Amino acid sequence: MKAVLGLEDGTSVEGEGFGAEGSCAGELVFCTSMTGYMEALTDPSYHGQILMFTYPLVGNYGVDHHVFQSTGMKALGCVVREVCREPSCGLPITRYFEDQGLIGISGVDTRRLTIRIREHGTMRAVVMCGDASAEEAVERARKVPDISDLDLIPDVSCPEPFRIPGKGKRIAVLDLGIKNAMLKSLNARGTDLYVFPHHATRDQVETVEPQAIFVSNGPGDPVRATDTIRTVREFLGEIPVFGICFGNQIIGLAVGGKTYKMKFGHRGSNQPVRDAAGNIYITTQNHGFAVDGDSLPEGCKVSYTNVNDGSLEGFEDPYLNAACVQFHPEAYAGPRDTEMTFFDEIVRRIP
Amino acid sequence: MPRKEHIRKVILIGSGPIQIGQAAEFDFSGSQACKALREEGVEVVLVNSNPATIQTDPEMADVIYVEPLRAGIIAKIIEKEKPDGILSGMGGQTGLNMTAELAEMGALEDVEILGTPLEAIYRGEDREQFKNLMEFIGEPVPRSMILRDMGQLDEAYRIVGLPAIIRPAYTLGGSGGGIAHSREELKRIVEVGLTRSRIHQVLIEESVIGWKEIEFEVMRDAADTCITVCGMENVDAMGIHTGESVVVAPILTLRDEEFQLLRTAALKIIRALGVQGGCNIQFAYQDGEYRVIEVNPRVSRSSALASKATGYPIARVAAKIAIGLRLDEIMNTVTGCTPASFEPSVDYVVVKVPRWPFDKFKTADRTLTTAMKSTGEVMAIGRTVEEAFKKALRSLDTDVTHHTDKNEIRMILSAPTDERFGCLFDAIRVGFTVEEVASLTYIDPFFLTKVKHIVDLEKQLGTRYSPDLIPVAKRYGFSNAELVKITGRPWEEIEALAGEPTYKMVDTCAAEFPATTPYFYSTWETECEVTRKEKPKVLILGSGPIRIGQGIEFDYCTVHAVKALRELGVEVHIVNNNPETVSTDFDTSDRLFFEPMQLEDVVNILKKDRYDGVMVQFGGQNSINLAVPLEKELQRLRMPTKILGTSPDAMDIAEDRDRFSVFLDRLEIPSPPNSSAYSEGEAKAIAARIGYPVLVRPSYVLGGRAMEIVHDEAELQTYITEAVRVSRKHPVLIDQFLQNAIEIDVDAACDGEEVLIGGIMEHIEEAGVHSGDSACVIPPQSLSREIIARLEDYTRRIALGLGVVGLVNIQYAIKDGVVFVLEANPRASRTVPFVSKATGIPLAKVAAKVMMGMKIRDLGVAARPIHHVAVKEVLLPFNKLPGVDTVLGPEMKSTGEVMGIDYDFGRAYYKACIAADNEIPTEGKVFISLSGDQRGEIAPVARKLVSLGLELVGTSGTVEFLNGEGMEAQMVRKVQEGSPNVIDMIRRGEVSLIINTPKDKQSRQDHYQIMRTAVDYGIPYITTIQAARAAAQAIDAIRKEKVTLEPLGHYIGG
Repeated sequence: MKAVLGLEDGTSVEGEGFGAEGSCAGELVFCTSMTGYMEALTDPSYHGQILMFTYPLVGNYGVDHHVFQSTGMKALGCVVREVCREPSCGLPITRYFEDQGLIGISGVDTRRLTIRIREHGTMRAVVMCGDASAEEAVERARKVPDISDLDLIPDVSCPEPFRIPGKGKRIAVLDLGIKNAMLKSLNARGTDLYVFPHHATRDQVETVEPQAIFVSNGPGDPVRATDTIRTVREFLGEIPVFGICFGNQIIGLAVGGKTYKMKFGHRGSNQPVRDAAGNIYITTQNHGFAVDGDSLPEGCKVSYTNVNDGSLEGFEDPYLNAACVQFHPEAYAGPRDTEMTFFDEIVRRIP
Repeated sequence: MPRKEHIRKVILIGSGPIQIGQAAEFDFSGSQACKALREEGVEVVLVNSNPATIQTDPEMADVIYVEPLRAGIIAKIIEKEKPDGILSGMGGQTGLNMTAELAEMGALEDVEILGTPLEAIYRGEDREQFKNLMEFIGEPVPRSMILRDMGQLDEAYRIVGLPAIIRPAYTLGGSGGGIAHSREELKRIVEVGLTRSRIHQVLIEESVIGWKEIEFEVMRDAADTCITVCGMENVDAMGIHTGESVVVAPILTLRDEEFQLLRTAALKIIRALGVQGGCNIQFAYQDGEYRVIEVNPRVSRSSALASKATGYPIARVAAKIAIGLRLDEIMNTVTGCTPASFEPSVDYVVVKVPRWPFDKFKTADRTLTTAMKSTGEVMAIGRTVEEAFKKALRSLDTDVTHHTDKNEIRMILSAPTDERFGCLFDAIRVGFTVEEVASLTYIDPFFLTKVKHIVDLEKQLGTRYSPDLIPVAKRYGFSNAELVKITGRPWEEIEALAGEPTYKMVDTCAAEFPATTPYFYSTWETECEVTRKEKPKVLILGSGPIRIGQGIEFDYCTVHAVKALRELGVEVHIVNNNPETVSTDFDTSDRLFFEPMQLEDVVNILKKDRYDGVMVQFGGQNSINLAVPLEKELQRLRMPTKILGTSPDAMDIAEDRDRFSVFLDRLEIPSPPNSSAYSEGEAKAIAARIGYPVLVRPSYVLGGRAMEIVHDEAELQTYITEAVRVSRKHPVLIDQFLQNAIEIDVDAACDGEEVLIGGIMEHIEEAGVHSGDSACVIPPQSLSREIIARLEDYTRRIALGLGVVGLVNIQYAIKDGVVFVLEANPRASRTVPFVSKATGIPLAKVAAKVMMGMKIRDLGVAARPIHHVAVKEVLLPFNKLPGVDTVLGPEMKSTGEVMGIDYDFGRAYYKACIAADNEIPTEGKVFISLSGDQRGEIAPVARKLVSLGLELVGTSGTVEFLNGEGMEAQMVRKVQEGSPNVIDMIRRGEVSLIINTPKDKQSRQDHYQIMRTAVDYGIPYITTIQAARAAAQAIDAIRKEKVTLEPLGHYIGG
């Protein structure tokens, strides 16, 4: 199946389509993880984006449903150098794309596009499969709205509250598109989880008498999560507040800090972060926005920084008992260097 | 953490000669470590016995000792140099063993062990300690038992069962190990293993044959930061040593969960061991279960591969960690903007394929097991598995036999030999299914599907050719030459359809950060990252995989050529495909191309930029073979690029025996009568005319491949039918064989006007032993002034007559006062590094500079008299290759070399022998066995040994002869006379030295068993009269005077 990828800068690339006929439009981002393609594709934080893997072979071990981070693929489309149609085990990813009506393009010089994004920043893009035209793809790419103008959270947040019972501490989870692994890591420590939609108010959350608030990962620009920011702000100082990734940005905004859009973000599972004591951990990351460390109010302490570019990777406010990280301690995909430290710490910090 | 300020001077132990299981990777890592330490202001004292290494170059370390790697000797060097620290993890198993021995003997009391602590080495290397530690931290290891003597065999059988894997502790490349399927096999392998192990310990363990074999390269600093540099997956499942396996990086068939399970375990293990630096961890994995198989707490061949596969310089970082730096304080030199505390992400597939020496050892057991037999490896990079597979196969440069017989294929697949990788393709070609092959080989169907894809493409190209298939085939790694062959289409058509490749960068980060490394591979994509620059530049062809006959010496020459050109301000690029070497370190040259080196691969590189010249002289025979076709291709494409130095035509004169004979006749320089035969009948006629014995060989040889001394017409017949194909295109060369002649090697550089003689080397073994296997000495010990003058004269006239610009190596034989020219090779020779180390003349650099148009007289180098003696001795791989004939002949068999240097021949030879692991005893019993006609020559040698206090032992005939000469000798039974015989005596360790000089095929057979036993039990042995004479001289010298322990600079100045 003929397919074409068009970028807002006028670049177009022809390739071989896989999955369904049709098209998708969104921000083109690249991820440098060499394993865990299904975890990434099903990560709701990729909603609104077309995910390109820098590793040229995708689909080698088929589709393993038990590692899905949500109900299904959340990235809008997938760009690869080569897709494996005959994996050694499991359902071929190409079959999965066909069954689910998903859009993928293979045979692309992904390294060339990665370099372009590295140099020009994240770009708006369109992938067309089947009835594909390069001019049209580029044309449409130029009309794709900026990710900051999109309301992506409602698409991936849970519609109704639900509970994952546990015998331990009661945590209210604000779901902006939470990854399954996060819930698993929390629940594995016995916590009693009450998961709320992103727009849950303080009153709604209080009905379960939470001992802590946890703000999840999620897609798009954090400043759009106004409801969540308000709710978080209302709980700050009363009960402990924790967050990961998008949650880190929302807590940053809730305490009065600022976020900014990064040139092309951090997406991969080889990102080194340094804690305040100087220890270094390798982490999984997936974010295009970040908290400006300098904008944080007095009392906030930067707890982790990125070793490569010095950007903020986590902060805490001991007075408010808030702690959050920009990286993904829950892994899936990626290294588990910080899983124990971070989630144990959450449980320990809840009085 | 700042670096340890009290560490100002560090001693670094190299790995000694190249041998199976320990190749050029340790020159690469040691050289990186030297650079890394000196950058931090640390003075480096280097000890290594191998002269063909870059690390022993004057500019690499502050003080260099080319001395045998023996604890006693290193202890004395430590006493003299008083280093603050010792870095042991850069010299492979040899380096670790030395450090352990030095510590045991108390020589390290004032010396800090840098990097990985000794306890970690013991914990990693000692099987029992390792197993206990793994059990303590809850990491699963295979069921196993340690054996210290044969009495425990039954117990081991009960606990572990069969099949079982046997691994001796403290050996190189798992030597002496194996897989036992029966009790009898178990007994035999354990017996050998116990002998080989330095601490007489073997491990017998549960077989995890068929599981996936996964490796991680892990780094840890003193602040406990741990990262994995690279995960690698063996295509060949458990049961084949990783050094013998086809390996891919990154890991391709593990799900992220599975990958992280092993990664987490790897970090836990490196922490538990307390490694500071690099560590290789091997796992067996199957269906969610894993076993920790092995840990190497040091840099290794795998770490060299991981460095080249990712661009992450493991040895450099390990050296910095050793002096206290933290990972985040060390810069990733590839990006130049991020620290070393990250995990590389790659965006390509790397494939490593080993290179085996079985083309040299026809009788060797070619089965691949848990012991290493390969001498080297190639690495290839592609954007798909298929492309990387194809490129690796092209890089190997071996004759491939295609198998079509299903039974034979089935046999090779299930009992793997060196042919298995190629045979996977054959199997699919003849109709095996992926499932069938997978069940025979345990290879993951993922890889076999890729093989099938290649074969399917081949078939499609052959039967249903259409032009649009060509770009597809190119993307999957097919070469143009191959496409022409498969499709039957003209070259021009394929070439036009194929177009040119793009070159992508190896940057450690999958393009996330801009990188400054000039390290590239070709692939067929849309964007090329190599940019054309008008600055003058030169491409140097490297030497490819290490194999017998083409070893590290050529990498040494390549690196020297690069350095020389950089001194001249010329931009230098390298093309090579050997991941172990210094030449493929990304900062050696201005640009590195990791590529196969067939004609089109080289031409494709040349098309991408403005190259003024190509140098083919330094990479050995393979790159020389490219000279003529490359020149034609450059002319055809009307490219301005020149082949620098000696013209391809002059090279052809030297290579073509007929043209060379005419040339010598014109110069009136004698050579042994010779001729080329283009048919069997012609060969017989020529041999009869010249007179037996004759030396026969195919044209264009590498390391004396298939060269043989033939004594009569019957042998000639056998040779022609078994060893070579004679044809119009491939003549057989027949030379008169000069018996008992002295062989001489001369290395020289020539600028077309003047000749600089680097060194005249006298061989210790007689002519007929391949020059690469013969020990040799500088300066010559038995030649008259007049003969030396004649050698110099001939060398000058030949070099000038051929029009050599660059290097030339000429081999001579001297018989009855006549100097005969055997051959002239207008290229870098195996002996160039030895000559340079022995005399201080940087011959390869001089050659590179004259190739750029400079004159010798302007370079300020000149031959000068030396007052010391340097002996080169070789290392033979017999202990690694069960079943091979141990006798030296015109076929080269050695893998590496060492140098002994001192003020007289005896001591220099003594050092060389020790360094080559052939320790000459100064007391004990010497077993002598000779054929009758040599007895006269041995008498003075035997007499000398007796006068030095050694006792003689022999079988009846020899004892009778010695008694007749007035010497006492103990009699022992021959092998066929029943026990107890000489074999039993060797096994009991009662013999200290064996002198066994078989002359003809018959006596070879008789002595084969004795020699094999000597090799298996590690008893020093000598196989020529000349070496026996030298050994006696050495024992004499060593009795009179201690060996000199001075740095190399002391002898050669500078």
